[in-house]
Amino acid sequence: MPEQRVVEPEYLILEAPRERKFITGSQAFAEAVKRANVDVAIAYPITPQSETMHLVGDLYAQGYVKDYYRAEEEYGAMSAIAGAVRGGARAFTATSGPGLLRGLEAIASWPGHRIPAVLGIMTRVVNAPLSIQPDNVEIAYLLNAGLIVLHAENQQDVFDFTLAGFVISEKVDVYLPVVVATEGFFVTHAKGYVDLPPEDMKLPPRDPYKAPVPPTDCEIPPARIQRDAPVQKSNFMSYLIHAVWQQEVWSANRRAAKWIKHYLGGLIEVVNPDAEVFIVASGCAAAQGREAQRYATMEGLNVGLVKIKSLRPFPTNELREVLKNAKAVIVPEHNIVGWLAKEVKAAIPNSGIVVDGPRVYGGMTLPVELIMDEIYKAFGIKKEKKTVV
Amino acid sequence: MGLEYVRISPGFEKYMPRDYVDLVKYGPFGKQVDVMQMGQFKELVEEHPMCAGCYMAYFIRVFYAALPNPEDTIVLGTAGCARLALSQAAVPFIYGNYGDTNAVASGLKRALSIRFPDKVKDVVVIAGDGGLIDIGFGMTMHSWFRREKFTTIMVDNEVYGNTGGQESGMSPKGIQLKMAPLGKKFDKINAVELAKTAGCVYVARISPTNPKRIAKTIRRAILAARHFGPTFIHAYTSCNIEYSIPTREVLADARKREKQDFKFYEWMTDEVKEFFEELERKEKQEVKK
Repeated sequence: MPEQRVVEPEYLILEAPRERKFITGSQAFAEAVKRANVDVAIAYPITPQSETMHLVGDLYAQGYVKDYYRAEEEYGAMSAIAGAVRGGARAFTATSGPGLLRGLEAIASWPGHRIPAVLGIMTRVVNAPLSIQPDNVEIAYLLNAGLIVLHAENQQDVFDFTLAGFVISEKVDVYLPVVVATEGFFVTHAKGYVDLPPEDMKLPPRDPYKAPVPPTDCEIPPARIQRDAPVQKSNFMSYLIHAVWQQEVWSANRRAAKWIKHYLGGLIEVVNPDAEVFIVASGCAAAQGREAQRYATMEGLNVGLVKIKSLRPFPTNELREVLKNAKAVIVPEHNIVGWLAKEVKAAIPNSGIVVDGPRVYGGMTLPVELIMDEIYKAFGIKKEKKTVV
Repeated sequence: MGLEYVRISPGFEKYMPRDYVDLVKYGPFGKQVDVMQMGQFKELVEEHPMCAGCYMAYFIRVFYAALPNPEDTIVLGTAGCARLALSQAAVPFIYGNYGDTNAVASGLKRALSIRFPDKVKDVVVIAGDGGLIDIGFGMTMHSWFRREKFTTIMVDNEVYGNTGGQESGMSPKGIQLKMAPLGKKFDKINAVELAKTAGCVYVARISPTNPKRIAKTIRRAILAARHFGPTFIHAYTSCNIEYSIPTREVLADARKREKQDFKFYEWMTDEVKEFFEELERKEKQEVKK
């Protein structure tokens, strides 16, 4: 392990020279953790997440991470993360599909407990029937819990979102957990080019006193202080306390938008902003959408792409602006329920222009042809079965 | 720092609530109080919303007086009766989700050990039979298997008292409770033997009839956890409501159960035994001086 020196987040994330590597998504998660000055990482095996936490275990063995253990199960892992973060540590864990749902009670309580941490999600079908393939329906369960939810398209996003995730999570005006989700296997087990800053640099350590709520470490006054005290008396005060706390969590969630813009260049990325027809997608579907946009342009069709990087906070205003002149919006997804299409419809005033799909589920790949079919329909082009490539 | 954070900054005494000023002046911070003096010093928990005659409330009161290091102690609880009093005390308290105490405490203790390697920070879980042995069973056991260095105290009222009197794994066989309409069909779980098997270095079972003994047991459990590994106390703290024990008879009931199935029992590893023998020999020498 090289000696690591602490550098400012702005330098490490935005300015430091980068070297191109050809690595898997799991490696990209680990490369981010390596530079994030993580105190505690807690692992519990589930495919396709396991490899990431193996690599983080190696980082612990090498001295990059100060403590690491294999938990009893996800509920225990997520609860222990909450304990470590309350104690002032910077913490990382990751899970997939059924594991996410097993840990969800604890995870959904992190925002209310004001637990800044980073949770990697490598998507996997939610049973049953049992499968380990990368359907991303699990993300739907995360959208209403108050967490920041970023959705990575590729290995580079995984690295950038994870490293910036620690910084955004600990901002005093945010102080919420950050989820970095990406498709299992398609991203975690496949290699892509990732530009990495030097590995002899790391983020400053977490300062738990720079916080809207104190750490539980017996180091700050006054003595009579309670975090997370239960408020369940049936009276107006208890309703009020819970109500304002939820309002504050969601306000904090919206306040994260400026930091996501600062460190990750925006909540969305737009290709061809003057397009007539847009593909709006997140995660791996955005990669396929990117290809479809390129093919369509080659065929002379005025198609654009909106990649949604941040699902929470959701880029409502940005979408309204970009899509204000669109005549159709195609939303390709890796799940059957179409959670992103619902979000997009709810965000824009003319939801009738949103095309429900194309969708693949059960973890299958999303052929570009399926998106092209919707593009042709949107332009009123009648095509015989056509091979694009 | 510990004690420093408790003290009031000069000039602010007159602005602080009387209750807090008294706590700093006459409370147990920075000294070891004698539980037999309870009533003569400002206690860490005074007001609480527990039922009249609740023996768990009494146990918790003694628990706070027994803490060896209250200014550097963090208490964790979970859903159930105990947290109603725990959340009122002048010691930092963490309330997470139901049954998560021993997982949260594992993460917390590890974080504190990283951040304050040279300081004593005691972590103590106090939760009920439901929280520790039913819903939280896996996390309780695994914190012991992993040899996490904190104390677990089960305040066993043999029932889900807070949710209205349902059967728990610690209810005695045959007893008729809600969700056991025909009577409980299996035995009370042997938590003490489980703790020994799972790797606790100090294990005690107690019916709280003798405050001095309660205090000594709690102190030992916390000190052993600080130095050696997980420790466990199984305390009988009756639910006078669900078990219909008249308020004035809760102590008699505790004595009766002490004779039956809650006879005081203390077990520790040889290493812990040597530690306490040495510690108590030193303390006796101090007294002689």
